[in-house]
Amino acid sequence: MKNKVSPKELNSEERIESFKEVVLGYGGQEAVEEAKRCLQCAHPRCIEGCPVGIDIKKFIFQVAEKDFKGAFFTIKEKNNFPSICGRVCPAEYQCRKYCVLTKRNSYCASKNSINIHFLERFVGDYGIDRGLQLPVRANSKLTAKKAAVVGSGPAGLCIAGELARVGMQVVIFESLHKEGGVLRYGIPPFRLPRSILQNEIDYLKKIDVKIKLDTIVGRAITLDELRQKFSTVFLGLGAGVPSFLGVKGENLANIYSANEFLTRVNLMHAFEFPRYQTPVNIGRHIVVIGGGNTAIDSARVALRTQVINGLKPDVSVLYRRTEEQMPARRLEIEHAKEEGIKFRFLTQPTGFFPDGESFVQETESLECRLGEPDSSGRKRPVAKEGSNFKIKSDLVIIAVGLQSNRLLTSLTPSLKTDQWGNIIVDKDMKTSVPNVYSGGDVVGGEGTIIEAMGMAKKAAQAIINSSI
Amino acid sequence: MKILNKKIIAETNQIKIVRFEIYSPLIASKGNPGQFVMVMADSHSERIPLTLVDRDSKSQSITLIAQEAGFSTRRLARLQAGDSLFSILGPLGQPTEKKNYGKVILIGGGVGIAEIYPIAKAYKKYGNQITVIVGAKTKDLLILRKELEEISDSFYVTTDDGSAGSKGFVTDRLKELIDKENYDFVYAVGPLVMMKAVSDTSKEKEIKTAVSLSVLMVDATGMCGCCRVTVAGQTKFTCIDGPEFDAHEINWQEVIRRNNMYIDKEKHICKLDKLNKNEK
Repeated sequence: MKNKVSPKELNSEERIESFKEVVLGYGGQEAVEEAKRCLQCAHPRCIEGCPVGIDIKKFIFQVAEKDFKGAFFTIKEKNNFPSICGRVCPAEYQCRKYCVLTKRNSYCASKNSINIHFLERFVGDYGIDRGLQLPVRANSKLTAKKAAVVGSGPAGLCIAGELARVGMQVVIFESLHKEGGVLRYGIPPFRLPRSILQNEIDYLKKIDVKIKLDTIVGRAITLDELRQKFSTVFLGLGAGVPSFLGVKGENLANIYSANEFLTRVNLMHAFEFPRYQTPVNIGRHIVVIGGGNTAIDSARVALRTQVINGLKPDVSVLYRRTEEQMPARRLEIEHAKEEGIKFRFLTQPTGFFPDGESFVQETESLECRLGEPDSSGRKRPVAKEGSNFKIKSDLVIIAVGLQSNRLLTSLTPSLKTDQWGNIIVDKDMKTSVPNVYSGGDVVGGEGTIIEAMGMAKKAAQAIINSSI
Repeated sequence: MKILNKKIIAETNQIKIVRFEIYSPLIASKGNPGQFVMVMADSHSERIPLTLVDRDSKSQSITLIAQEAGFSTRRLARLQAGDSLFSILGPLGQPTEKKNYGKVILIGGGVGIAEIYPIAKAYKKYGNQITVIVGAKTKDLLILRKELEEISDSFYVTTDDGSAGSKGFVTDRLKELIDKENYDFVYAVGPLVMMKAVSDTSKEKEIKTAVSLSVLMVDATGMCGCCRVTVAGQTKFTCIDGPEFDAHEINWQEVIRRNNMYIDKEKHICKLDKLNKNEK
């Protein structure tokens, strides 16, 4: 068995001084070598692990044969954004976990499993560099149809492309002043360079998708008004409102939700203050609470703000379970550790204390141990009584998940939601309102980019089928 | 969106208050009293909330009034008629309730006077008897005086320096009024400390009081939680749950502290701005 090929990375000292991409990706020769490690299983299980069912075996074979263009179109049959997903997919819990080289019953992929995501990224970037795109095949029965897409995140961008390619007239409505949704405000540029996102947006514009920024559907335009003007509406509103812990002192100054912190830096460029005028405070001792990708992204962004401002890096992530149970991608956890981020596991914050006046100064926590499994199947953290301890923290970022945003649904009573406020859809992603479809996190709760895309593709197919 | 008209409506050596009419068909057709918009002057600006002061469906325009308070509002105030705003989003927030409370006192402090104007108009329309108190540092900063006087049943002016109306704060006048007569509802907009003072004053007589909070926001659609406040012990988002809240239930200390989070940054950027100007 050949050794796996790891892509080059920026060294950690260089990384933390900027928002430059950390993983540099494969060159052609490296991709071919890695692809040649694939055993080309007779019954490839990796494909089952892919939320959109990419023919992984085939595209890897094409890479091994140096047919990069062929590989690109193989992936594109199922995945609109290989360059994005190749960078942000939690492949170790998806395709790679089912790779035959992963040990059976592992909770995530073995390191030796094929680097499917890096190969996908290589192929996607190859396509971008050569301007490859799926051809537009306008269907004369569809060219008079108009579709409104609400939200320009992963689901919205995906369905806009799907519908425009068959000739529908598509308009995207976005509330922010820039497109991309979570790909812009949430995922930091060192994981997803903005040029990759921009490429997808430019492509949509090229195939005549119109994008209306600064437009809040629900308030500026109601869903009913959209339905009158468009034959179909797709709601890709995203996950929405940040959750907080509900503990003492949580609204002290310098306690941010991850969404706020990331939006200030990623969307509003607060790290370039005062050239950009949105401020963000820089902590000397930063604490991040949570165990998901958003927590890791926040920690790594926060560390960079310290270094860029000439401070000694000091960022700790507090998580109430153990490392193995962290939902974050393994690669990101490794990168975070390399960059000097500290982790405190089995730690449950119970309150925040000020420096006398308004700013947070200390985080109090309890130590936990793992108890019986909860409804998610993971062992429940149980706090040890009397184990309280305080750590210095002059800036805190809370990344403990999101609840649905009810802005549109509360203004549209006919749009049915479940007990969590997520929009209810049928198997074709149809909502309770005629001709209105939905997908992404507003349907599934917090999910991945590729899951959002998968739902958008399903909705697109249903829309096309019902329109012909 | 294009600025159709710009007028400096109040000015002293230090402070300028500017009124903009901005072409914005969607907001002009949908905006309601009590709502606000988010504005970016240019691509590098902060996103700042401004109250929707008026709208005109004929010219498809909205009116915004901004006081030069910090860097971002000064940047905004430099724009001229014919310029375009980089971004404007709205209408946002819950509209004010269209209700007949009975006898209502409306209080506007500083640029907050602009913000009670649409509320006063709406309350008048719904049959309320309205008493308006407007307060400013000095006479030259009193705005919309004529407009408000016209629609109010009683109208009072206070200035810090006594240059117009009675010398003192809006709360002095408020206390006088509620000591003499019964009122059903108080509505105040102005600086946070003023609103807190109004809240404390009206609480003594247990008169239901609403304020429209102007706090720091980023997206203003519920996504970030920057604008969170504690109301009746619960965390609320000003952008989607507000901006109006029951004044007596607000944790004022927390709101004021959170809103001063970036004072150092603000000083820094204002100093740089001054240096740049001097160089020119």
